[in-house]
Amino acid sequence: MGLVEAIVISIIAASTPLLLAAAGELIVERAGVLNLGVEGMMIMGAACGFAGAYLTGSTFVGALFGVAAGMALSFVFAVLTLGLAVNQVAAGLALTILGIGLSGLIGAGFVGEKIVPAPQLSIPVLTGIPFIGRILFGQNAFIYFSIALVIGIWWFLYRTRAGLILRAVGDSHTSAHALGYPVLKIRLLAVLFGGGCAGLAGAFLPLAYTPFFIPGMTAGRGWIALALVVFSSWLPGRLVAGAYLFGAVSILQLHAQAFGLGIPSQLMTALPYLATVMVLVIISRARGAAGSVAPASLGTVFVPDR
Amino acid sequence: MSDQGPVSSAARAPLLQAIGITKLYGSFRANDDVSIDLYPGEIHALLGENGAGKSTLVKTMYGLIQPSAGELRWLGETIELSGPSDARARGIAMVFQHFSLFDNLTVAENVALGLDGSETFAAMSARLAQVSRDYGLPLDLKREVWRLSVGERQRIEIVRALMQNPKLLILDEPTAVLTPQEADQLFTVLERLRGEGRALLYISHKLDEVKRLCDTATILRGGKKVATCNPRSETAASMARMMVGAEIGEVRASTARATTVPRLLIRDLSMAPDDPHGTYLRNISLEVFGGEILGIAGVAGNGQDELFAALSGERVSKHEDNVIIDGRATGNLSVTQRRKLGAAFVPEERLGHGTAPRMKLSENALLTGHAASHMVNHGFIDRPATLKAVDNTTKTFDVRKAKRDPEAASLSGGNLQKFIVGREILREPGVLVVSQPTWGVDAGAAAVIRQALIDLSSRGSAVLVISQDLDELAEISDRIAVMFHGTLSEPVVAADATREKLGLLMGGASPETASVEEVSHAVGA
Repeated sequence: MGLVEAIVISIIAASTPLLLAAAGELIVERAGVLNLGVEGMMIMGAACGFAGAYLTGSTFVGALFGVAAGMALSFVFAVLTLGLAVNQVAAGLALTILGIGLSGLIGAGFVGEKIVPAPQLSIPVLTGIPFIGRILFGQNAFIYFSIALVIGIWWFLYRTRAGLILRAVGDSHTSAHALGYPVLKIRLLAVLFGGGCAGLAGAFLPLAYTPFFIPGMTAGRGWIALALVVFSSWLPGRLVAGAYLFGAVSILQLHAQAFGLGIPSQLMTALPYLATVMVLVIISRARGAAGSVAPASLGTVFVPDR
Repeated sequence: MSDQGPVSSAARAPLLQAIGITKLYGSFRANDDVSIDLYPGEIHALLGENGAGKSTLVKTMYGLIQPSAGELRWLGETIELSGPSDARARGIAMVFQHFSLFDNLTVAENVALGLDGSETFAAMSARLAQVSRDYGLPLDLKREVWRLSVGERQRIEIVRALMQNPKLLILDEPTAVLTPQEADQLFTVLERLRGEGRALLYISHKLDEVKRLCDTATILRGGKKVATCNPRSETAASMARMMVGAEIGEVRASTARATTVPRLLIRDLSMAPDDPHGTYLRNISLEVFGGEILGIAGVAGNGQDELFAALSGERVSKHEDNVIIDGRATGNLSVTQRRKLGAAFVPEERLGHGTAPRMKLSENALLTGHAASHMVNHGFIDRPATLKAVDNTTKTFDVRKAKRDPEAASLSGGNLQKFIVGREILREPGVLVVSQPTWGVDAGAAAVIRQALIDLSSRGSAVLVISQDLDELAEISDRIAVMFHGTLSEPVVAADATREKLGLLMGGASPETASVEEVSHAVGA
């Protein structure tokens, strides 16, 4: 395997958890809810996902555990913000702190254990094609799923009536309520979906990226996913570009460090963040006043009058 | 007297009857035993002041809220509406006062959201184009709502309702934001709908419209029905009396002579908006003299908010001599600095902009008062002084409140408006800029506020009133200018300004065209 091929494969792997978590959060925010607990839901997904895979020996069960853990935590968030109309920012931050603590507790017994990493696709002939074979036909299921997920989300948002209703709820919950749409129910479903995606993104890390669990292994990826949603102006296509850009720069800077360019390593480590912010700011600026703006009800509490 | 409508000589059954509707919010009776019969082929007006319970009643009829007592009958049969989709299934459609539109979605998407989704988007779009052509309500289906004028947004709401082919159409103050010509176009459509045998329930504050358009009127006051009458045999004054429950005094005209030097001078003011959906201000020039009230008319969203922000100093302009207050160039000064020069500003939004809702009145008084008066002592709040300011305003402007110093949000709209206008007027400002001074305020409070503005100008102050209410401007202004797409027309003397002329300017006609009697053309484009 050549160096370039290896780099591309590691870029894809680094980008996938960001893409999964951000895609879920995009749906949540499109429905008008700001869930800042992505980091917490991801790390819970990582801990529970590893536990599930370790106990059953199945990556698939592990992934299901991860999804369930993310959903469970997001349900707590939904009860607080939708049911009890608590401030979404505060509840989201609390969720992250809760998730980090709880995942440490759950994962404590599993630290140092190893599992078999997620199997990779292998199609005779196709996977054997030089260079592109491994990249296109030799990945694990998470990676194919993440791409399918974003395409599915795009199709849902712009081609289905349910997607239109979801966007409407995020744009004006009062109007949606006046037209008779169940705002809180739609938001609950969106929040649970976002939680499931974040949990899966977290589970990807110990199940496919590194075959072991360490506390805090999400290392701020949840926050990056949140930022990507904002900078992508809530558009699925741009989300893929942002996630892969971030993944690419974070892998390339490692190789650049290995070359020994004489640039302080701290600066190199900061590069992915700088590059992502810069590129995405430029894109959003270019679209200017006509660009897609934030869902107008984003982060505001809705209490229907009855 | 409900059987005096024109179509009613034939025996006929009511389409929808509301019988003894009561709606309780805690111990507050938003509706108290209200009954109303709506007949096909009839436009029924629902009248009342703010808080009289009109919206509660129509929301009940649309299934948005459930009554605490009473029932609805549809063609004689008792029905329960568990939600708007139930109402729509029966053939009840509603056009909302605060539009129930989604700014970032297209016209077609907005309409689709108001339907049950039983047809494909393409089929719906085709039918939408057909309906909008049929009724002469043109719409650009692919445009996003935020790009559209208020009149166009109104059209979306109406076409959306018509797409349901409703038997009963409820319209909640549909003309509040329209130019007179746009309102005329709307009336043509409503009369056609009546001719098609549909029932219409029409909520309005504008009694002249009701007299012209409606066959029956039901009047609510304090949640109770006070009368059902034939508006054609009543006068506007007699209906107003039933709405308010008392006579409304006429305002006394100003006695002052305008000064020769303008106290507020706007010179070639241009400004890009803050908000991507805002309006550019383009070369605005205006002189407001001491002793006069200058009114700025215009449909909402034509740059009034931006102009207010530029005058108050919430947004600073490029050149300091864009805004001149009493001879001092202030374009680059902050709100507080402008206040110190004797200017005062009352924004449109009472809660959140005019006051901090969860703060007490005394604290709110301090927040705007401290720049020019003395409620702060070496950085400490002089609480007796702030309370005294509240008491002064309360007494002079008859602000009614539950206790001496309540939270701003606990006051009713009219009383809070009297407070924030009064707070500024008591400082005797040389220049007062006020936006929508009586928006959503009941008739009694509106009369107090208008009189106070006139009295202030009589004492030699320059008063600039930005309002959408042409009747209000005609009543109090000496001169009227019109805003359209961020430009300001030359002011005209109020006495010479007919509704038609102003309406044309509001629709974007130049003053020359506006003087010609070409009413039908210029609007709606």
